[in-house]
Amino acid sequence: MFLLAAEEAAANSWLYDNAWLIPALPALSFLLIIFFGKRLPNKGAEIGIAAVSAAFILAVLTTFTWMGDIRASFDKKEEAQVLTVDGEEAIAVVLTAEEGEVRGAPIINEVEWFGIGTDANRTTLGTEANGHGQPAGGEGETHADEEGHAEEKAFSISIGTWVDGQSVMMLFVVTFISLLVHIYSTEYVKGDRRYTHYFAFLSLFTASMLFMVLSSSTLQLIVGWELVGVCSFGLIGHWWEEKDNSDAALKAFLTNRVGDIGLLIGMTILYFAAGQSFSIKTINEMAVAGDISKGTLQIAALCLMAAVMSKSGQFILHTWLPDAMAGPTPVSALIHAATMVVAGVYMIGRLYPVFFVGFGIAGGTINVMAFIGGLTCVGGGLLAFVQRDLKKVLAYSTVSQLGYMVLALGMGAYTAGLFHLFTHAFFKACLFLGAGSVSHACHHSFDMKADMGGLRKYMPTTFATFMIGTAALAGLPPLAGFWSKDEILVGAGVWPGTEGNGTYTIPFIFGMLTAAMTAAYMTRAVWLTFFGDYRGHEEPHESPPRITVPLVILAFMAVVVGFFNMPKQFVEALRLPSRFALAFEHWVEPAGVATFVSKEANKFTHAKPSLSLAVVATGLALGAGFLVWNYYKRLYAMDPKATEYTNGLASRIPLLATGHKVLENKYYLDHLYTGVIAGGTKGPLARAANWTNQNILDGVVNLVGVTSVSIGRFVYRYIDQGVVDGAVNASGSAASSFGQLLRGMQSGQVRQYATLLFGAATVMVAVFIFAV
Amino acid sequence: MEDFLNSWGLTAMVFAPLVGAVVMMLIPERDEELHKMVALVASAVSFVIGILLLTNFDYGASGTMQFAVDRSWIDVINARYAIGMDGMSLPLIALTLLVTPLVIIYSWNHIPKPGNAKAFLILMLVLHTGMLGTFVARDLVLFFVFFEVVLLPMYFMIGVWGGEDRLYASIKFFLYTLFGSAFMLVSFLALYWLTGSATFNMVELAERVVDPVEGLSASQQTLLFGGMFLGFGIKVPMFPFHTWLPDAHTQAPTQGSVILAAVLLKLGTYGFVRIALPILPEGAVAWAPWIGLLAVIGIIYGALGCLAQTDMKRLIAFSSVAHMGYVMLGIATLTSFGINAAIFGMVAHGLITGMLFFIAGSVKERYHTLEIKRLGGLLHKDQAPRMGWILAITSMASLGLPGLAGFWGEFPAILAAYNPNAGLNTTVFRIYMVVAAIGTVLAAAYLLWLLQRTAFGEPSEEFVDHPDVHDTVFTEWVAWVPMLILIVVLGFVPGLIFDVTNEPVSIIGDVFKNMSSGAALGSGG
Repeated sequence: MFLLAAEEAAANSWLYDNAWLIPALPALSFLLIIFFGKRLPNKGAEIGIAAVSAAFILAVLTTFTWMGDIRASFDKKEEAQVLTVDGEEAIAVVLTAEEGEVRGAPIINEVEWFGIGTDANRTTLGTEANGHGQPAGGEGETHADEEGHAEEKAFSISIGTWVDGQSVMMLFVVTFISLLVHIYSTEYVKGDRRYTHYFAFLSLFTASMLFMVLSSSTLQLIVGWELVGVCSFGLIGHWWEEKDNSDAALKAFLTNRVGDIGLLIGMTILYFAAGQSFSIKTINEMAVAGDISKGTLQIAALCLMAAVMSKSGQFILHTWLPDAMAGPTPVSALIHAATMVVAGVYMIGRLYPVFFVGFGIAGGTINVMAFIGGLTCVGGGLLAFVQRDLKKVLAYSTVSQLGYMVLALGMGAYTAGLFHLFTHAFFKACLFLGAGSVSHACHHSFDMKADMGGLRKYMPTTFATFMIGTAALAGLPPLAGFWSKDEILVGAGVWPGTEGNGTYTIPFIFGMLTAAMTAAYMTRAVWLTFFGDYRGHEEPHESPPRITVPLVILAFMAVVVGFFNMPKQFVEALRLPSRFALAFEHWVEPAGVATFVSKEANKFTHAKPSLSLAVVATGLALGAGFLVWNYYKRLYAMDPKATEYTNGLASRIPLLATGHKVLENKYYLDHLYTGVIAGGTKGPLARAANWTNQNILDGVVNLVGVTSVSIGRFVYRYIDQGVVDGAVNASGSAASSFGQLLRGMQSGQVRQYATLLFGAATVMVAVFIFAV
Repeated sequence: MEDFLNSWGLTAMVFAPLVGAVVMMLIPERDEELHKMVALVASAVSFVIGILLLTNFDYGASGTMQFAVDRSWIDVINARYAIGMDGMSLPLIALTLLVTPLVIIYSWNHIPKPGNAKAFLILMLVLHTGMLGTFVARDLVLFFVFFEVVLLPMYFMIGVWGGEDRLYASIKFFLYTLFGSAFMLVSFLALYWLTGSATFNMVELAERVVDPVEGLSASQQTLLFGGMFLGFGIKVPMFPFHTWLPDAHTQAPTQGSVILAAVLLKLGTYGFVRIALPILPEGAVAWAPWIGLLAVIGIIYGALGCLAQTDMKRLIAFSSVAHMGYVMLGIATLTSFGINAAIFGMVAHGLITGMLFFIAGSVKERYHTLEIKRLGGLLHKDQAPRMGWILAITSMASLGLPGLAGFWGEFPAILAAYNPNAGLNTTVFRIYMVVAAIGTVLAAAYLLWLLQRTAFGEPSEEFVDHPDVHDTVFTEWVAWVPMLILIVVLGFVPGLIFDVTNEPVSIIGDVFKNMSSGAALGSGG
């Protein structure tokens, strides 16, 4: 209802209607770099930076326009029907009575992509196209005023842009971090053997990611989804001379392909469930309205979860992500921390009604999504403890934090999940780029134990920004991570007074554990890198400005972005203007969520913040961090160069030793995947198939051939004495020239095939005559 | 001009290469350059006429046969010279028109051993006429003639210009396809007699077969479909009739492989959608689950076969088995969505696998081996980096990456399998769908593994500073760039094909839809 009204009032904003420019600019830049990059003074980097800057400006303008529109509708609330949830004006859909104007609903601009198939709906569509929620594939034009002639384009598949809070938020994050990474890279990969290719791929990635973010149909989403995957492949394998790197690239691509099975099947199920439509809007509306059975949604959601598991590094398909650190560090920051890996989370948010209804999130206690998320955040966090490579610590931390986002969405904490995506992008990019800066100083090593230590004295800027990033990641107030983490924990609805969508006890415990673990492993990493004595060989140095400036900007963001979604009570307590309260929620939460209200069984609820929970969670993090700090401090007192106790707990307690070994071996998942599954497929299984082919299938063919030749011989020799048998022998002698072969043909082989052909025909004719 | 196109356009397009071949026969063998020129001109004439036809084609009525000609030919059996082009044949005709001249250009400095450009190019032109003729024929006898005309030149190409094991491969190719053709021919003849219509016209036969009074029974249709299935299925080739393919491909000269992959395999799948499905709908319904089964077995089996190969060309050949599996799966769903996907898949596979064979040929020319173990580092600065990139893009296209052509043959076929035509068992096809989706992982595995072992890493000792190793040359660029452009453009604008094929395909799709709803009504009443 609201959505339909929304279309009529689709804002006449130039920015909304031309959002396609945002991915188009980097796409153009990709082409320019590929064809002309090498001839330019900066080898193509300048084109990339210019294009991404322009895209960034457009994204920022779009973001501000969006925020302004939402703000305006809230300001007008006296004269508006404000949609309320639990007595709060929590949803950003406001119908102003006078103008019939709706803000907050997605603004969709679509053009026909191609037409395919006829379908059951085609004949009925002409009469029913104007009906509300008509599921038919009337995707050609979504604007209500054009629905009248929808029947002509009944079965066209469209491509378009979808501008709403969620996509605008993502546009901002992607362009912002991409731009910083571009600038950072001009220094970091300076003099690289494939400098131009590197920037071309960065542009292509940025374009693909933005294309995916703006998807208005699931088909477009699939295309973008795979394109970012291939950019990831290319950039992980950037230094493909070393086999380890190309192995990592292959692993990333293939693991993602495994998840893509789920993506393809899940989207197929939704396509048919929504009456043959790829339109995200149609699918969401039907899921909300109960036009798709819960069982179907559940199966589709399970399939899509497989895709989320691979793309967003969820257990047990996360193993590619740490290996992906083989790529250049700026790439890790952009693709494998801030943007591409959150595609799964983004997709859940985009199709949230499907998951919300499918998994029965309202009123639940546990579901597949929350469980996978919980498992990932704890499992990933544990692995971060045993890494000696700084980037790997951050990689496992990313796995863990992605688990946090999925956990949040699994518990119905929609805004919390996406808010964490938002904050995480900044502080994790800050940390990754910081790690890159450290490695730049330490001669391209990431080994914390061998080549680092005490770096705070040598690189103060990197150290300061890294510390801010760490504090934000650990969720210490008032930094960004604190606000989003707190919101997730609140969303579990377990802590007294938080309410929420259900009572997610187990996920809540996972979440609390992770809060403590995150602080602990980051303290360990920080100590090993920046404290103690320097253990490397050559004098480290602070990085140049093109590296440190992006770090400072990101650190600044890591401090402030959390303030975008402060709880109402907090804002009131500080006597800040009310517009600061839950601003992010108002901007981002889609109008689609509003319709949940109508369905009691799928009631969408916002959890209430709790001061005590915030205090306890922060206390846990501080306590865990303090313990680790103390551990290393004592170690340092014993031996300034030591990085671990020689007789630590793990060497004394067998159970811990086993646990440590399991972690060192990454839960043996790589052994299973690479050794057993991949090895088994390309080894014994493939060989068996090939053997069957050569000996059985081909054996039959050869047997038939040989037998018919023998029969032919027999016939010629004993029945038709006049024909010389030498014909067959002639076939054996190699006829290497045209004429020779022609002679061979004339005298034998073809005649035999003709015999055979004739024989076969006779048999078939006989069959027809007698059988038919 | 339009009059000419309407009455003579298709004929001129089909036979222009043959005229070129005749001219070349009169030119002495030693004038190699002249031969190449004549061959190129002949195929270019065909191409230009084709372009004229394409531009004059009424895309709003792509479901009807255009530029149609129907003249008497063999009166005794009432076989007629009936040709025409509709939206279903148009993409395949365009593919043939494009690929053959490119192959001739590539031949400019790549005439395979033992030389003799004259014979080689004459065969190429005969092949060209045969392929085009098959796609325009509307009469079963005419179709059969063209279908068989294609065999002989390819047989010689493999047998004379092929690799070490060429004789075995060429004989196997020839024998196997001919074997299938025999059954196909019997089915054609049986149609002629059983319907009592005394015609070989495809449309008339289709109407006749479903005639409630004089039509064919379901069991008759099933039997006749079986004959066609063997004929077309071997040509596709479908598992388990595919074993001629790896041998033929591996032994064939590059040009032969390209033509074989790009166009020849499509004659089989085209036969299914043009002849078998519309004429024998009930037979198709009976056979569809089995075709689907063989298709998905082929997808997995072909992929596993690829993983086991040690020879680059043989690997690409096996990948055709897997890819044609998707095409056949699309056809087996009997839905317009699936058949559209199948036609797209045919064109995409033609371009992509054709490209892969081109690259394999050029690799062989430089490294004198296609053994994957000995290759590596193609992307390296002093090896052939541009060719390495082309291989990478083509591999990505082949594994079905969205944004490149391969995807649009693959995903819609998988999608269509979820909801096959009403008469078919949904559960069975959903299992096929999952298997086919798993096949996409295997496809990525063998292609990327190939890419890793040939293009990435360091080149092996023996090829560092090897005199024969050099990057892409001019004729290669000319031959490859159009194909690469099409692979990318079709990836982003799939409508270029779907919008043309949709209407004629919908006509077939409607036949099956009405059949199932008719059956439902019948049983209901």
